[in-house]
Amino acid sequence: MCVRPAWMGASMKEHFRQSMAWLHTWSGLIVGWVLFFVFVTGTAGYFQYQITQWMQPERLVVRAPVSEDRAAMLDHALNRLETVAPVAASWRITLPHESFAGRGWQEFSIRWEEMPQPGHEWGASGSERLDPATGAMLPAGPEPRDTAGGGGLYRMHYVLHYLPYEWAIRIVGACTMLMLLAIVSGVITHKKIFKDFFTFRPGKGQRSWLDAHNAISVMALPFFLMITYSGLVFFLFTYMPAGRDVLYGTGPTARTAYFDELHEHGEHAHAPIGRPVVPVAPLVAQAEEAWGRGQVASIVIERHEGEPPEIVVARVPGGSVDFWNPPTLRFHAETGESLGPEPPTGGSAALTQSVMLNLHEGLFADIWGRWLYFIAGLLGCAMIGTGLVLWTVKRRRHHLASGSEGGEHPGVRLVETLNVATIAGLPLAVAAYFCANRLLPVELAERAAWELHSLFAVWLGTWFYAQARPLRRAWVELLWAACAAYAFVPVLNALTTDRHLGQTLPAGDWGLAGFDLTMWGLAAILAVMAVKVQRRLAPAARPTEIHARAVPGKEAA
Amino acid sequence: MKKSTSLTAAYRWSVASRVAAAALGGYALASAATVLLALLWPAPKAQALLWASMLSFTAYTVAVIWAFHARSNGRAWSGMLVGTLLTSGIAYVVWLAGQGGGA
Repeated sequence: MCVRPAWMGASMKEHFRQSMAWLHTWSGLIVGWVLFFVFVTGTAGYFQYQITQWMQPERLVVRAPVSEDRAAMLDHALNRLETVAPVAASWRITLPHESFAGRGWQEFSIRWEEMPQPGHEWGASGSERLDPATGAMLPAGPEPRDTAGGGGLYRMHYVLHYLPYEWAIRIVGACTMLMLLAIVSGVITHKKIFKDFFTFRPGKGQRSWLDAHNAISVMALPFFLMITYSGLVFFLFTYMPAGRDVLYGTGPTARTAYFDELHEHGEHAHAPIGRPVVPVAPLVAQAEEAWGRGQVASIVIERHEGEPPEIVVARVPGGSVDFWNPPTLRFHAETGESLGPEPPTGGSAALTQSVMLNLHEGLFADIWGRWLYFIAGLLGCAMIGTGLVLWTVKRRRHHLASGSEGGEHPGVRLVETLNVATIAGLPLAVAAYFCANRLLPVELAERAAWELHSLFAVWLGTWFYAQARPLRRAWVELLWAACAAYAFVPVLNALTTDRHLGQTLPAGDWGLAGFDLTMWGLAAILAVMAVKVQRRLAPAARPTEIHARAVPGKEAA
Repeated sequence: MKKSTSLTAAYRWSVASRVAAAALGGYALASAATVLLALLWPAPKAQALLWASMLSFTAYTVAVIWAFHARSNGRAWSGMLVGTLLTSGIAYVVWLAGQGGGA
């Protein structure tokens, strides 16, 4: 019954498998709760813009028709840029388009960067939204409520909360590394991984948990490997600084030297630009002819020192995993001649890194692709959750239904309460976060911070609750509470705003309607979990099995 | 090893030592391997460094798995130490050669 790695006295092959089973069990356990939190908040992050939209119901998304007069629009934008920044390092005009990166509608806007002051790398920048028809500056619109939004959830998956940034990213990094180890050692542990995949023995206690854990883990194994490894690559030189420290030295200067060398832009200082001599509209028309109407995302006017001023027309990014390098057309701003594409920098190394980061963020994915990410993320939560439960099921002396918890080891008991508070409590806390958005007074100071405090207060509360109640009751009650909370969110939305399902469904506003419907979907998943757990843990259930449970279980992989 | 219901102090120290060999020794070995790989990778310096650093987590994973797989704690520790020293030594020689034959 105790955790005894059989490292010695076994055949070589068996010894390897057993040492990996030990590594898998313990690397998985000590980071399981943090990883569950990371997976829950990170999964929500795939819909962070929809979540923010829901959390700011005052904000209206105006969708200008694409059939505006392009020439007039560009003229308005250039006139305005000439007024606000006659001499600049760069001008950018964003045409209205559906963006994958912002994951929403991008409005007609301009942005400029002034020439940097001596000794500075960047100049001051500004931006304005313009009316596509008149070119007049648009008012900022109704001030939406202060909210941490979807970005608040998304950010927590790598910087946690209440912790200094530098600590948090290292904690998450260490957990991620342990997850990578848990994945690799888990695969090694399962001799017959694909046979196991098709094995499910329901209603058999530990076996069932093991089968479920195996099936879920194998199902999305490529996703788990990708998301873990690419997560490490995000903070590459924070986690593994050795190479850069030796080759380039330490400190910010060394960092810049490396980056400039990788992207070969050491001497590419900006020279001042003004309004291009050639008309821009025909160039945009040329790009639209090649890519399709509405496919031009932006027009940038800039000039590198010692080179002619250029006009760069960029396509709407998306559909390609090399997300940050969408196709562009470059033109000479004085003659209008085509300059040919700028060669990509950084070679295959930079491309590989870029693809890894984009795979992690799923920016290239359209709405269905993001749903796939969302489901894979939920499977990640399920993998971690079943793994955590499995640890306790193996080590309990008594089946939970027997009610004799007093005899359990305090360590097992601690893991049990943390499991309840994390697997059932964290979802409840996230629902509380959404409720806080609707219930906190709109004029409350530090409102966004209070939304997040609500999340953590409820989460902590569930842990106290788990300690105060018999465990089997805590499981069932908290799962039902989480279910009820998610079912309530769309109702609360209808009670407090006019952007509820009764309005959003007929209007076909799938961003907002999707949020409410997803809440009910999550409520349904939690209800299924609650019913299953309730059935398994009913005190009268399977007396023979309870008896069998009292005997220390044999060590299983 | 016979089945026991309580874990002895010696056993706990043995596990702690193995974990330290894997975590700290493995990190040292992975760091050394990253430097060596960055110096040997056939690409411009910055790109070679990026490749090597991206692969460093694979090196760390392999090192940790090897440390847990080793027959004894002594072997786990010596494997990490010898591996790190050897890799760093080769990296230093390669680096010297890269500086123009030590000139």
